[in-house]
Amino acid sequence: MIVKLIDFLRDRLQLVIRLSYVGLALLVAWDVVFVSKEHAHTAAERIPGFWAAFGFIACVVIIIVSKWYGHLGIMTREDYYDN
Amino acid sequence: MITDFWLHPALILIVGACILPFLPKWLKRPYLIIVPTLAFLDVLSMQGQHGTFGVVRFLDWDLTFGRVDGLSMVFAYIMTLMCIIGTIYGLHVEDDFQHVAAWLYVAGSLGVIFCADYLVLFLFWELMAFASVFLVWFRRRPESLAVGYRYLLVHTAGGLALLAGLILRYQATGGDLSFGPIGVGSPSLSTYLIMIGFLLNAAVPPFHAWLPDAYGEATVTGAVFMCAFTTKTAVYALARAFAGMEILVPLGVCMALYGVVYAVLENDTRRLLAYHIISQVGYMVAGVGIGTELAINGACAHAFAHILYKGLLFMGCGSVLHMTGKSKFSELGGLYKKMPMAFVFTMIGGLSISAFPLFSGFVSKAMIVAAGFEVHNYWAAFLLTLASAGTFLHTGLKVPYFIWFGKNNCSKETWDKAADPPWNMQLGMGIAAFLCILIGCYTPYLYNMLPYPQIAAGYHPYNTYHLSETLQILLFTALGFFLLIKKLAPEPKISIDLDWFYRMGGRGFLWLAKRPIQWADNCVSEGYRYIGLMPLMTTAKFWSWFDWHAIDGVVDGLAKTVRGIGALVRRMQSGQLQYNIFYAVSFVAVALVLYVFA
Repeated sequence: MIVKLIDFLRDRLQLVIRLSYVGLALLVAWDVVFVSKEHAHTAAERIPGFWAAFGFIACVVIIIVSKWYGHLGIMTREDYYDN
Repeated sequence: MITDFWLHPALILIVGACILPFLPKWLKRPYLIIVPTLAFLDVLSMQGQHGTFGVVRFLDWDLTFGRVDGLSMVFAYIMTLMCIIGTIYGLHVEDDFQHVAAWLYVAGSLGVIFCADYLVLFLFWELMAFASVFLVWFRRRPESLAVGYRYLLVHTAGGLALLAGLILRYQATGGDLSFGPIGVGSPSLSTYLIMIGFLLNAAVPPFHAWLPDAYGEATVTGAVFMCAFTTKTAVYALARAFAGMEILVPLGVCMALYGVVYAVLENDTRRLLAYHIISQVGYMVAGVGIGTELAINGACAHAFAHILYKGLLFMGCGSVLHMTGKSKFSELGGLYKKMPMAFVFTMIGGLSISAFPLFSGFVSKAMIVAAGFEVHNYWAAFLLTLASAGTFLHTGLKVPYFIWFGKNNCSKETWDKAADPPWNMQLGMGIAAFLCILIGCYTPYLYNMLPYPQIAAGYHPYNTYHLSETLQILLFTALGFFLLIKKLAPEPKISIDLDWFYRMGGRGFLWLAKRPIQWADNCVSEGYRYIGLMPLMTTAKFWSWFDWHAIDGVVDGLAKTVRGIGALVRRMQSGQLQYNIFYAVSFVAVALVLYVFA
């Protein structure tokens, strides 16, 4: 059943991707229009779509900084410690 | 001796472990389920019975084995529950000693959780290290031995720091061994030494490298136990003694980010999960450092949730390793058709650790971040939120994607072997997955167990702002992941971590021993040969000659003389009395003459 569901979605990959983008846009719209900001801790959080931008930027920064760090020489061949 | 009837759950596991190898085969499986269940029921029976039990007089000290209170109960509950789940997951393992090691390890953890003085704590602390190392050694690969020894050496070093700290504390306080709030307001050397002992077990950088090293190498079932007990027992110890220690906040935040960075680079599934333990324990350490009642609740809740979802993730990735023999992303991929159940369970673990709404991480992690915002520690709260984006990026997306989807890197052999694991492994995962969802959906289950239940009851994670915030962070992280997926393609590499220092340091020591020290040793030997040995030999040769010719000559000469005299005397002694009288009289006559004329 799970396999069938996954195959069903994979067969319609472009549609799934488009629906995901629509979902993301609706989420931000819902946040901007309906969500009360009274629980916000800082002023920055009142900027529309703050957490969406935070999540996206965090992800990009983590990947780029980590890979940059790894390619400084931290990532090395698998038999590095072998004699 | 024992103040009241109170059965230590560790005792059930220790006795159970001792009996296990002697049981007939048909009895083993039921027995493996009964013993940890008894320990769990024992803990359940203590609920509401707060107090001090199991006080034993030893020499000058009253050792306390059983302190039952809110903090110890929540940890004891989850530890014994995880013991049941882990044992069910490992039910197919026929090597009894793996179960024995695992149970003794859990017993060590329970001993630490219930003890109320440092002597008992130290005893069980070391039991944990010495029992768990066998879970690495039982993998029985050539490298397992080396990894196990490194693990043991690092933990022994941590244990020594702890021991030194408690001895100094014993001396400074005039004999106080009680294990409680240590006085974080006026820390001394002993405070820091004890803290280092705890921080090493909590895998706080720079004392963390043992964790991915050992957990990546442990047996499939061993890793499920290891990921739960050592670090979370250390979190308990920190929460008990170091609540409000400010330095723990930056340390915890660094941990949370450090684990995330290394998880990006990691190619081995279980090592990636191990780096995320460091990241998640960072939240708990930071929570302990913040030290408010909400933060301590958060640290305990997160430890509780973490044990379940991290156990589930290790079970999921462990089942891939168990079935295919592979644990590297660069040798896996596209397995959803072959292992769909393992995928679903791992995904539940991934969503829980990522703090998706309705999953356990959502109701526990948020408490710590909220406590950070509450004390206006904004940078800590924002950085922890950043790390949670990284958590979803790896454990929620990278792990499932590159094992079950993505490019199929499987060899034909791996592909043929891949299938969902045996029923017991699926049952273990099923129980953990159920609990992850239960905690996320029904908050009172966990919140009522926390050390400050009133504070917990006043905390509501499910408000629209928090939901919107979390969903935006997570879903836009997912967007970033799919846009940058090419950058994350697995690379068959390893990442150098701080264990480099002691691994290469050890090698350096070996080189030092082989080269300069051996060379110096050779020089000394050669020098000794020329300066010491040769004159000695010459002297010895002289004395040998002297002995042969001079001493032996004298001795031989004496002997010859004695023999000659003896022969003469023998000839003179014919045995006839008259001759004897003749010689005697002659002797007396000569003597007389000499006397008179001399």
